[in-house]
Amino acid sequence: MKLLIKNGRAIDPANNLDDISDLLIEEGKIVRVAKNIKNNASRIIDATGKIVMPGLVDMHVHLREPGREDEETILSGTLAAAKGGVTTVLAMPNTQPAIDSACNAEALREIIKKNAKVGVFIVGAITKGRLGRALSDIKGLTLAGVVAISDDGASVDDEKLFSQALKQARRNKLLTICHCEDKSLSLQGVVNLGYASTRMGLRGISAASEYKRVERDIRLADKAKAHVHIAHVSCRESVEMIAQAKKKGISVTAETAPHYFALNEEAAFTYDTNMKVNPPLRSREDMLYLRQALEEGAIEVIASDHAPHIESEKYIEFERAAFGTTGLETELAVGITELVKPGILEWGDLVNKMSFNPAKILGLRGKGTLSPGSDADIIVVSPDKEWTVERNNFVSQSKNCAFLGRKLNGVVEHTIYAGEIVFVREDKPNA
Amino acid sequence: MSGLWTKKDLLGLEDLSKDELELILSTAESFKEVSTREIKKVPALRGKTVLNLFYEPSTRTRVSFEVAAKRLSADVINIAAETSSVRKGETLIDTGRNLEALKADIIVVRHNASGAAAILARHVNISVVNAGDGWHEHPTQALLDIFTLKEKLGRIDGIKVSIVGDIAHSRVARSNIWGLTKLGAQVMVCAPELLIPPAIEKMGARVTHDIDEALCNADAVNILRMQFERDEKGAFPNKQEYFKRFGITEERLKKNNKNIIIMHPGPINRGIEISSEIADCKNSVILEQVTNGIAVRMAVLFLVSGVQEKKDEATD
Repeated sequence: MKLLIKNGRAIDPANNLDDISDLLIEEGKIVRVAKNIKNNASRIIDATGKIVMPGLVDMHVHLREPGREDEETILSGTLAAAKGGVTTVLAMPNTQPAIDSACNAEALREIIKKNAKVGVFIVGAITKGRLGRALSDIKGLTLAGVVAISDDGASVDDEKLFSQALKQARRNKLLTICHCEDKSLSLQGVVNLGYASTRMGLRGISAASEYKRVERDIRLADKAKAHVHIAHVSCRESVEMIAQAKKKGISVTAETAPHYFALNEEAAFTYDTNMKVNPPLRSREDMLYLRQALEEGAIEVIASDHAPHIESEKYIEFERAAFGTTGLETELAVGITELVKPGILEWGDLVNKMSFNPAKILGLRGKGTLSPGSDADIIVVSPDKEWTVERNNFVSQSKNCAFLGRKLNGVVEHTIYAGEIVFVREDKPNA
Repeated sequence: MSGLWTKKDLLGLEDLSKDELELILSTAESFKEVSTREIKKVPALRGKTVLNLFYEPSTRTRVSFEVAAKRLSADVINIAAETSSVRKGETLIDTGRNLEALKADIIVVRHNASGAAAILARHVNISVVNAGDGWHEHPTQALLDIFTLKEKLGRIDGIKVSIVGDIAHSRVARSNIWGLTKLGAQVMVCAPELLIPPAIEKMGARVTHDIDEALCNADAVNILRMQFERDEKGAFPNKQEYFKRFGITEERLKKNNKNIIIMHPGPINRGIEISSEIADCKNSVILEQVTNGIAVRMAVLFLVSGVQEKKDEATD
């Protein structure tokens, strides 16, 4: 099938492109990007007044399958991704069972092959059962096609074990994604240690529980000459350490999530359990600092940390509720509303953080750009259109979104994955 | 009078305006007289049902609410949660909805989880009164403290109150800080370093670790019970050490401030946070606090019972 996207504002920072252009798509690939392409394509999308950009590459997603299909499945999660403009998802391995063996990775690949509506790449667990005791078969995981390893949800406390993992990751050309949390410091905390914990009368999670582990992981990565990617950065000190490491030439990249640059600890004051995330929403100062870090480039990736939970895990006492917010269906709009509209990021920067950079860090060829020859993973976006985040409009199986009730700008009109249209917005009053 | 009151619930003093606080206090004032009558009853809540839902053992607060509700002629049912379906795994929200289905009018809830009253209130249409949630708030205790202070000093605006004890884990301290500062009082909190939570200044309290500083300029001192049984982190000094550094004694008051009003939410630990003679001295208002608790709780039950508010479940 030939597909032609006409008259949109094509944004492709990899090619320094930000101009009204047409895109011709054939056999799942982008064939041409130029003005006024004349072609007898079988399908034409008129993108006048809209933005045409590479689909998002979300490198931090919990799809829950296998094991917690009540929360999310490969199918529901990738449908949510398509609606949110995400064409590539990196699935975290904290499933049940964990993706800690070639066999588990292959089984997951089968489900993905059968059910996924967008691209899904797999992260393998660093340790068996993500228990931090013995390394997984990292070589086997590599052969089974994982692109990164992580014990996300936990950090590998044992320095020796983590160093070995880093070396194996380097040898197998895998990215190591670090969930930086020293649980001996975060203990049973549930909100930011500081004003939130004091005012709410809840146990706090210190910034130190994060940044001390960031410091360690960077130090061990440097020693092992491996690349580490720091997940869900939430506080100023972590950003500073990452920036310093980069100056020293250490191979480190970092991501933050929309809730950390759009929300702060004050959002939890009503005990809304959708505001319970790990790491916790930090202070207003941290939130503003993260925006600056995104602007100045100290953080190169925005990823959702999409963490679906059923209601019985969230509609309970705050201290007992599960950590996590969904994000696939809101992340682009939050980025547009909180970063592009106020002038913190240019459109091209947003595309870099949400698509090009993660594709590059993960070594995904043909993703994150509109270059001719690359995968036709494209989204068409109405950049200004306002909408309200409502629980009845989620495609995800779970509704635990920290942005519920918020008015956002930016709506995905079409999502094209591998040249196929996998999502078209229906013109409902508030969809 | 209740026309000025628009809140379905009383969840904390943080949520209240100065006017709302003053309305509760003035309503309490008019209810205080009821308890001095020969027949200690008014029909204000006749036909209403008040459910005391207590997830934590409590005698004084539960009894105080029960007496208050009965003096307003309400029907009162006490539920100790450890004996109920909670043990069978029912969630707080489901329990609340079941109580609502019994056509109760007010749930008075005590829970060990901070925010429990707020979560319950969001999911039921009937009134919820917070009788203490975790370390968060204990609004009726602070209201009775403030009511007592106002009786003694004639005003709250401009007075100085020190709160001494385990501030970090105290819902009484938090509610007092909100209520007192909104009404114009100055609040100082005093405790060993580990028992002062971070950033408490943002709530409007000054911090000291020096008991003499806390006592010398204050009009009143509110002495919190040291809950040694709850010390999980080993943050508490030992009892003797605490009494030596922070215990309120005659000698210490003589040195600093002989006229200071002595308050304590109870139950008191004589010889730990307060010496026996100070607990019983003429400046101690500890038992008056208990008496005033009835009037304040009558006021709260009366005010919230007059508000019907439909909550939209989908908003949460």
